[in-house]
Amino acid sequence: MVDEAREGLEGELLVPIERDPDVVTARQKGREMAVEAGLSGSDLTLIATAISEVARNILVYAGHGEIILRQLERNGRRGVCVIARDEGPGIQDIPLAMQDGYSTGRSLGLGLPGAKRLMDDFEIVSEVGKGVTVTMMKWRR
Amino acid sequence: MVVPILKQSDVLIASIQAALTDADLLQLRDDLLAKVGQYRSRGVVIDVTALDVMDSFATRTLRSIAEAARLRGARTVIVGIQPEVAITMVQLGLVLGAVSTALDLEEGLELLGALNRKDAPGG
Repeated sequence: MVDEAREGLEGELLVPIERDPDVVTARQKGREMAVEAGLSGSDLTLIATAISEVARNILVYAGHGEIILRQLERNGRRGVCVIARDEGPGIQDIPLAMQDGYSTGRSLGLGLPGAKRLMDDFEIVSEVGKGVTVTMMKWRR
Repeated sequence: MVVPILKQSDVLIASIQAALTDADLLQLRDDLLAKVGQYRSRGVVIDVTALDVMDSFATRTLRSIAEAARLRGARTVIVGIQPEVAITMVQLGLVLGAVSTALDLEEGLELLGALNRKDAPGG
């Protein structure tokens, strides 16, 4: 399980999301990277939970994809960047998908809007038929 | 990761030991609901102390366990939600609805006793 999370570029980690246990691997790896970036306390849980939501979305809507974890440093401030990427059907209506309680899958419809609330920066890009890329960041306080 | 379920008189105690996948959570749901019938249990305690993440799927599954167990005649109490997990759940907008919670196993068993006494005929 852990072996599947292979090192990408320096300080970057790619976790393939293909099966259920990969969601757990992704959030554990995200938590570890957040610790390395100097984040602590409830921020670690916030990041791990946000990763869990976007990783599950990949499985439910696209079948497979990947989570890329990166350490950040901007103006002396450290943080973590999480990119969730798939090549699934994409999202027709992003504002609708970002509404609390809206779901076309098996969820509570809190995945994307919830993840956005947990992170500092959140961006979603999608092209119908080509997939979804969610980029989110959390900075050290 | 199979969650061990212990029977203590008329209560089932499910102690989650490590991170669970979505499939593990659904397995726990099915196991608990079957055992409520098998042991004629009146109460269920789910100890989530070891969970470092309670996301929307975990919350929804725990809520459905509690609601389904109630339909089978057993009360459920969730115990051990960690402070960071509680903060995150609130920010995510997750609620456990009518599901009872308690700080730890001891308090959970006490609460179950009180709930079942209240339910008892003439109680």
